[in-house]
Amino acid sequence: MAKGIWVFAEQRDEEIKKVTYELLSAGRKAADALGEELCAVLMGRGVGSLAGKLGEYGADKVYVADVDALENYTTDAYTNVLADLAKEHQPTAILLACSVAGRDLAAQVAQRLGTGLMTDCTDIAMEDGQLVFTRPIYAGKAFVKAACPQARPVMATIRPNVLAADAPQAGRAAETVTVSAGAGDIRQVIKEIIKQISTRPELTEADIIVSGGRGMKGPENFAILEELADVLGAAVGASRAAVDAGWLSHSFQVGQTGKTVSPVLYIACGISGAIQHLAGMSSSKCIVAINKDPEANIFKVADYGIVGDLFEIVPLLKEEMKKLLA
Amino acid sequence: MKIVVLMKQVFDTEAKITLDGSGKINKQGVSLVMNPYDEYAVELGLRIKEKLKGEVTVVSLGGDEVQSALRQALAMGADKAVLVDPGTEEIDEFTTATILAKAVGGMEYDIILGGFKAIDDGSVQVCGRVAEILGVPVVNVVTQAEVEEGKAVATCDIDGGSAVIEVSLPAVLTAQKGGIEPRYPSMKGIMQAKKKPMQKIGLAEIGLDAAQVAPKVKALNFFMPAARAAGKTVPGEPAEAARELARLLREEAKVI
Ligand SMILES: Cc1cc2nc3c(=O)[nH]c(=O)nc-3n(C[C@H](O)[C@H](O)[C@H](O)COP(=O)(O)OP(=O)(O)OC[C@H]3O[C@@H](n4cnc5c(N)ncnc54)[C@H](O)[C@@H]3O)c2cc1C
Ligand SMILES: Nc1ncnc2c1ncn2[C@@H]1O[C@H](COP(=O)(O)O)[C@@H](O)[C@H]1O
Repeated sequence: MAKGIWVFAEQRDEEIKKVTYELLSAGRKAADALGEELCAVLMGRGVGSLAGKLGEYGADKVYVADVDALENYTTDAYTNVLADLAKEHQPTAILLACSVAGRDLAAQVAQRLGTGLMTDCTDIAMEDGQLVFTRPIYAGKAFVKAACPQARPVMATIRPNVLAADAPQAGRAAETVTVSAGAGDIRQVIKEIIKQISTRPELTEADIIVSGGRGMKGPENFAILEELADVLGAAVGASRAAVDAGWLSHSFQVGQTGKTVSPVLYIACGISGAIQHLAGMSSSKCIVAINKDPEANIFKVADYGIVGDLFEIVPLLKEEMKKLLA
Repeated sequence: MKIVVLMKQVFDTEAKITLDGSGKINKQGVSLVMNPYDEYAVELGLRIKEKLKGEVTVVSLGGDEVQSALRQALAMGADKAVLVDPGTEEIDEFTTATILAKAVGGMEYDIILGGFKAIDDGSVQVCGRVAEILGVPVVNVVTQAEVEEGKAVATCDIDGGSAVIEVSLPAVLTAQKGGIEPRYPSMKGIMQAKKKPMQKIGLAEIGLDAAQVAPKVKALNFFMPAARAAGKTVPGEPAEAARELARLLREEAKVI
């Protein structure tokens, strides 16, 4: 019988990503409901020492695949290891983060195992004894609840920041199992990795995002958003208008054809709130809009709005935040 | 070079989504467009053809309505189109990929291009699954690609940056916005597209039956997002408003 809820433990630069803890907390509840074990699968090079943390966050068992070939993510290496492991142990479900690597890996493994995959999920529940996943479709304009009734494992990728991570239990240890299988034939040859050097959090993982649109008037003015972002420990985002104008690269774009974000706080400055922009950020917990047009659509989704000139308000807001956070 | 582009027709991004009487997504009256990311895939395909000579075949799974998007691809410069009708609405990504892979598997191909994501109910998995079924490597989220006989060097997004990845052909590459802008069809292109071949086939013609493509994932129900509660406009002069906003975010919303 298929057993176990598995979580793919995503790490980067030898640090476990926060979303992994969110997955473990959700996985823990599912495992308890089914009376099964919760396992984390940790892959990389020199990552063995991270297993302890996964235990503290709820894993009963950690499969560790620690080999040179897994140092950087490649589709083939990671797929080979995870799919082989799943074939051997037949888990009930595999949960991954909806990150670039997580969704890449999920699709390959799902097909190799001949199973179903639900991506970018924002909720997991047990209903009538089966795992049911909620996922936004049409960029969040609608939702679907879906399940994978027969094929196993049930696979899903979960959007970062939407599920809460429970507090770790210091000293709670997981059994560590060393995975001996190799990474196999790797057809994707990495020629170069270009890391985005930024002291700010990544857009999709950030708790707070300060975003700018056409109202910023030019690339140089993003400095005032960056200053506010730095005070708040926030990421900087942009509307497509700002990206298309060449002010910021596409990796900053929020929306239907950009990134989908769910921060705790999203501050939209000089953004009108086009339907395609809202699609990418309307699941934010709290939305603030600063716009000089009281009729701007963004105010319809904003929890707090200031009608005014962002060039006056943003610097003042930065000073107020500095005082509050001092 | 034989280039295949997997193209999906999707709801226009402006589309308002509603549910129909049976609780499913209402498709009536919604305008349809080529998936924006697939426009990049078509463009990439055309550029490869312009450089290396060859042929671009656009393949789509869907009903008759998809012909308009296929014609658009032909008008942009693709050579022929293949439309596979699954004959049912009960499909998931496993179904779609199984059918597309079988259709493409029966053609000659050196490179298969697609969008990295369909913007409707897309889930960033169809192209990866197709690659897996055909036993060829995949490189996802590609913003730029240099293709030569036998290999492709692609720049792609990764978590926290980008990477340059080389693969031998045949391979599947999925396009993300980045380095290239899709062309608009010219008047001449639109005229020529009318005469280009568009083949319509069903499951039987590619040797599949309904049982082989039965979906793994089942949609249980659709629902609309809860409307956001009406927000507050923070009044006052800029300095006052900024101070009040900061206070509200801390004390009321408790988000900082
Ligand atoms: C297929 C497709 C996909 C798309 N995908 C996306 C997407 O992913 N993301 C996205 O964002 N858009 C997307 N769009 C574009 C979208 O339709 C809008 O054009 C875009 O979001 C507008 O950006 P904006 O709000 O910055 O600019 P505008 O709509 O021009 O709004 C600028 C706002 O700034 C305000 N403003 C100006 N000056 C000031 C000032 N001094 N102080 C305060 N406020 C000021 C104005 O009142 C105005 O509301 C897409 C469009 C299409 C067709
Ligand atoms: N019905 C379809 N017909 C042709 N290609 C498709 C279809 N569905 C998905 N694709 C391809 O797969 C990509 C990703 O779609 P998805 O995995 O659904 O997000 C799309 O951009 C297309 O290239």
